[in-house]
Amino acid sequence: MAEPTQVTNACVQARTTGDCLRIELCGRWKITEPRPSFEELIGAQLPERIELTMDAVESWDAALVLFVVEAMRWARAHGMVAGFSALHVSVRAMAEQLVLAEASRKAPAPAPGLVTQVGLASLDVWRKTREIATFVGECVLAAGRLVRQPHRFRWNDCLSEMQKCGAMALPIVSLISLLVGLIMAYQAAVQLRQFGADIYVADLVGLAVVREMGPMMAAIIMAGRTGAAFAATLGNMKAGEEIDALETLGIAPVDFLVMPRLVALGVMMPLLALYANLLGILGGMFVAKSVLEIPPAAYWVETQSIVDLSDISTGLIKAAVFGVLIGLSGCLRGLQADRSAAGVGQAATSAVVTAILLIIVADALFAVVFNVLGL
Amino acid sequence: METPGIPAIEAENVECGYEGRVVLRNISFAVSPGEVFFVIGGSGCGKSTLLRHLIGLNRPTAGAVRFFGQSFVDADLQARRHLLKTFGVLYQSAALWTSLTLRENVALPLTEYTRLTAREIGDLVTLKLAQVGLTGFDHYYPSEISGGMKKRAGLARALALDPSIVFFDEPSAGLDPITSREIDELILQVRDTLGTTCVVVSHELASIFRIGDRLIMLDKTEQGIIARGRPVDLRDSCDDPRVRAFLRQDSHLLHPPLRPIPAKTL
Repeated sequence: MAEPTQVTNACVQARTTGDCLRIELCGRWKITEPRPSFEELIGAQLPERIELTMDAVESWDAALVLFVVEAMRWARAHGMVAGFSALHVSVRAMAEQLVLAEASRKAPAPAPGLVTQVGLASLDVWRKTREIATFVGECVLAAGRLVRQPHRFRWNDCLSEMQKCGAMALPIVSLISLLVGLIMAYQAAVQLRQFGADIYVADLVGLAVVREMGPMMAAIIMAGRTGAAFAATLGNMKAGEEIDALETLGIAPVDFLVMPRLVALGVMMPLLALYANLLGILGGMFVAKSVLEIPPAAYWVETQSIVDLSDISTGLIKAAVFGVLIGLSGCLRGLQADRSAAGVGQAATSAVVTAILLIIVADALFAVVFNVLGL
Repeated sequence: METPGIPAIEAENVECGYEGRVVLRNISFAVSPGEVFFVIGGSGCGKSTLLRHLIGLNRPTAGAVRFFGQSFVDADLQARRHLLKTFGVLYQSAALWTSLTLRENVALPLTEYTRLTAREIGDLVTLKLAQVGLTGFDHYYPSEISGGMKKRAGLARALALDPSIVFFDEPSAGLDPITSREIDELILQVRDTLGTTCVVVSHELASIFRIGDRLIMLDKTEQGIIARGRPVDLRDSCDDPRVRAFLRQDSHLLHPPLRPIPAKTL
């Protein structure tokens, strides 16, 4: 777009009369357009006094104020007398306001020392530990209330959460489980073929998927998908004072918001894990057929012979526990979130990290416990 | 940019709506440079919708919006960017970026649209914050200050580029009367120092009569403008009872007062 042609950009004309340097400001001064700089204008000159006039200025804004402030600073630094009385009263007022504000600006508070930082971090860890303990305690109490008064439970919310975290997660769970089964079978096939032990691909994939990878992959998908969503939703509700509104009504947010989500995930996770198991085995079967030329029926029979009910049930128990852990970390981080946009984002990140950490730790514990129990 | 005789803002038969639902139709008005112009109306009448369409957040389904004679609705990308520099907006919630300090909030438009040095930008930010009375709060984050201070910081950001037009969306919503009055005075100060055109969307009667030069009133059922003129004239002599009722804060002009039901009938 063309600028109107009659615009004269900001300019200055300097004339020396005796000891005095008269600086005449003219044209249109606009902060978004280029403007002359006082320091370039004055260069190495050292007049006795300077005087600024703005009779030829067509329009002005902060750009002109900046020029005047530069002149003021220069005059002060060189101990000069400067005459600004010919300037518009608002220009002088703004220039003086800037100089005053500059003088009264405070430097940002210095960062605390190492000892203070360590102390604050320790207090923070203690506070967070207490928060987690309180939250888990509240959830246990809420679970008790759920068993005693099931009619007060928010079944509708729970069903809608089940749909969101269960049925709607099927496509991604399918894809990832199928690929994991495929990858494992492929890796195993390369090794086992050297020993002519091709058929044991079915054993390896079957056991690994059912006992470990099925529940684990489903849990990791759920942590990223549903755990983050829980944290973001609850964090946003906190920022919008919805949690406060529940508390002032005497409704525990844990009953209203957390329990339906926990139950939904706790119920849906084993189902998703079972589904992931099936898809993982199918992935293995596909590789066995295409790479090792094992007929699917033989693969299935071999899988059946090695995987028994205790393998499947240990996987499902793990999945249910993972589900509860994901729900707990998602809801906890959501309720702990800062009341800001950044706080909600941080809560979602933290929910996923916490959930994955808890899943891996729990899985390690399960490995030991199941080993001791001989499962 | 300013040429005598050309209105600062001109809306011509603007039709506003969302997803096929028309909220306002046939909105035409012109705002002269240096005017404090109010857009008033009851809740839900489309004041904020009109504002969103004027500042380009939504595209009017019909009609034209011109700033200093230049069309905004059909402007190409470069012209649009140029026009965006001519106006600033103070949003209802102040809309400060929460991850930036007040200083960084005010500096962002300057770094985006000017070639000033860091020192000059620093000076300008100090000046803008001083003008809204926030000297010393440079390094605070939006979450650390009160609602009134957020509004002031939002105003400092809206004024960063010394725009020719400033839009205010409910500038005194949720503020106490004193702070609200201070915001009004800031609006006047902005207008008086630089001749800025101010468009204020509000239903604060005190502000309307204190600082408003002219106003238009929108109505939900008419889906358009039902009155225009000087606030005092409209209050005293408008033919439309809805306008008089609004400006006199007297709902009885529209509905007869509720009479208590005699106890014996209960």
